[in-house]
Amino acid sequence: MIDWSGYIGLILQGAWVTVELTLMGSALAVVVAFAAGLGRVGRFLAVRALATTYIEFFRGTSIFVQLFWAYFVLPFVGITLTPLQAGVLALGLNVGAYGAEVVRGAVKAIGREQREACVALNLTRYQAMRHIILPQALPLMLPTFGNNAIELLKGTAVVSLISLTDMTFQAQVVRAQTGSTLVPFATILVLYFIMAWLISLGMRWLERHVTRGLDGVRI
Amino acid sequence: MTEPIIRIDNIVKRYGPLTVLDGLSMEVMPGEKLALIGPSGSGKTTILRILMTLETISDGFIQIDGEQLFHMKKAGNLVPADERHLHRMREKIGMVFQHFNLFPHKCVLDNITLAPMLTKDIDRATAEKRAMELLDMVGLADKARSMPAQLSGGQKQRVAIARALALSPKIMLFDEVTSALDPELVEEVLSVMRKLAAETDMTMLLVTHEMGFAHDFADRVLFFDRGKIVEEGKPADIFRHPKQERTQTFLRKIIAAGHRV
Repeated sequence: MIDWSGYIGLILQGAWVTVELTLMGSALAVVVAFAAGLGRVGRFLAVRALATTYIEFFRGTSIFVQLFWAYFVLPFVGITLTPLQAGVLALGLNVGAYGAEVVRGAVKAIGREQREACVALNLTRYQAMRHIILPQALPLMLPTFGNNAIELLKGTAVVSLISLTDMTFQAQVVRAQTGSTLVPFATILVLYFIMAWLISLGMRWLERHVTRGLDGVRI
Repeated sequence: MTEPIIRIDNIVKRYGPLTVLDGLSMEVMPGEKLALIGPSGSGKTTILRILMTLETISDGFIQIDGEQLFHMKKAGNLVPADERHLHRMREKIGMVFQHFNLFPHKCVLDNITLAPMLTKDIDRATAEKRAMELLDMVGLADKARSMPAQLSGGQKQRVAIARALALSPKIMLFDEVTSALDPELVEEVLSVMRKLAAETDMTMLLVTHEMGFAHDFADRVLFFDRGKIVEEGKPADIFRHPKQERTQTFLRKIIAAGHRV
């Protein structure tokens, strides 16, 4: 009979790495999503071009390849990252590219009439974005951001390929040592599901929070 | 002799192959109340939008309060205005829109105080005091903390008027401000505007299909068709004795459609 407690502990250690990756990756993703998304609707051609290139590149290539570049190729140009840094970088930039399009779409969805009111009230472009457009665009972004965060969570499994001991990696270890597939993989199945569910709950809470007072009505 | 506050000099506005305004010139004196009437597509709303810098012009010049609107002097030459020049010029002009364009995520009071606080560095207490005076004037002092979605169309438009007034512009533009309202709500907005016209010496340009209101409100009426001023004059002359056939036809149609003159 196998003593599972030690093995489950191993998987829980991996679960913590997965949580870390998800949180840090999401934080990076949000930052680059806003930078690239707003850059793409901005007025400077160079910034728009840069943002578009970033978005198309990271959406158009696989996370697997991006991760290998971050970890194995960047050292050749003098940038050596720890596995965790490389994982966060690849995940954040990859999901951030999708997020940038969400930001752009939501900002565009706040119509011409709101922008014209801002011009008529003599707000600067920055003031209009900060006080009028973004506060209304944010509630539109949140549901898709929730999707993206869950995608990122599930994407963390690929970091086991650069020797990060995340949840999937540890499940493989347990499987190799015990010969049991069912127990470790049933465990991480449940754990992934719980994490995704917590993200959903969190996003729903945020949605309620930021739409308070709006009553879902557009003028 | 006072100078015109608005001097439009031979402006052209094209959207691709479509020419909306073709060499239009007109002048507005300070304090004048002007009604712009005419069929839809005649260019009257475009003029307001150009004055608010929501549209650019393809050719010509506009002078507001003695200064070029879309041009500025640089080393003795007139060059296209930059954002800073436009920003300064917009201080002189306010606009009320057909669809109100209130900010749905801000309460009535914040809708009104936002721009003065951001663009004129007015502190919150002063801005709110002024906003309450304006809300009082439009009869909505009790709605200061309401959200726009909780208001009727007429109330929204009165808030929009107060919001534009909070910046104390010299020129106010009203773009079909009652067209989106249910008929029974039109009067409450018009009565606010009447009061405004009587109590202030602001220059006002009004695009409207309310001929009765244009008659009572305006010092001068301009009839537009296809981007040109076909006829202009005192309301009594334009509405009772239009000289041009196109004006006559237009007014007949409007009256047939049930509008009071």
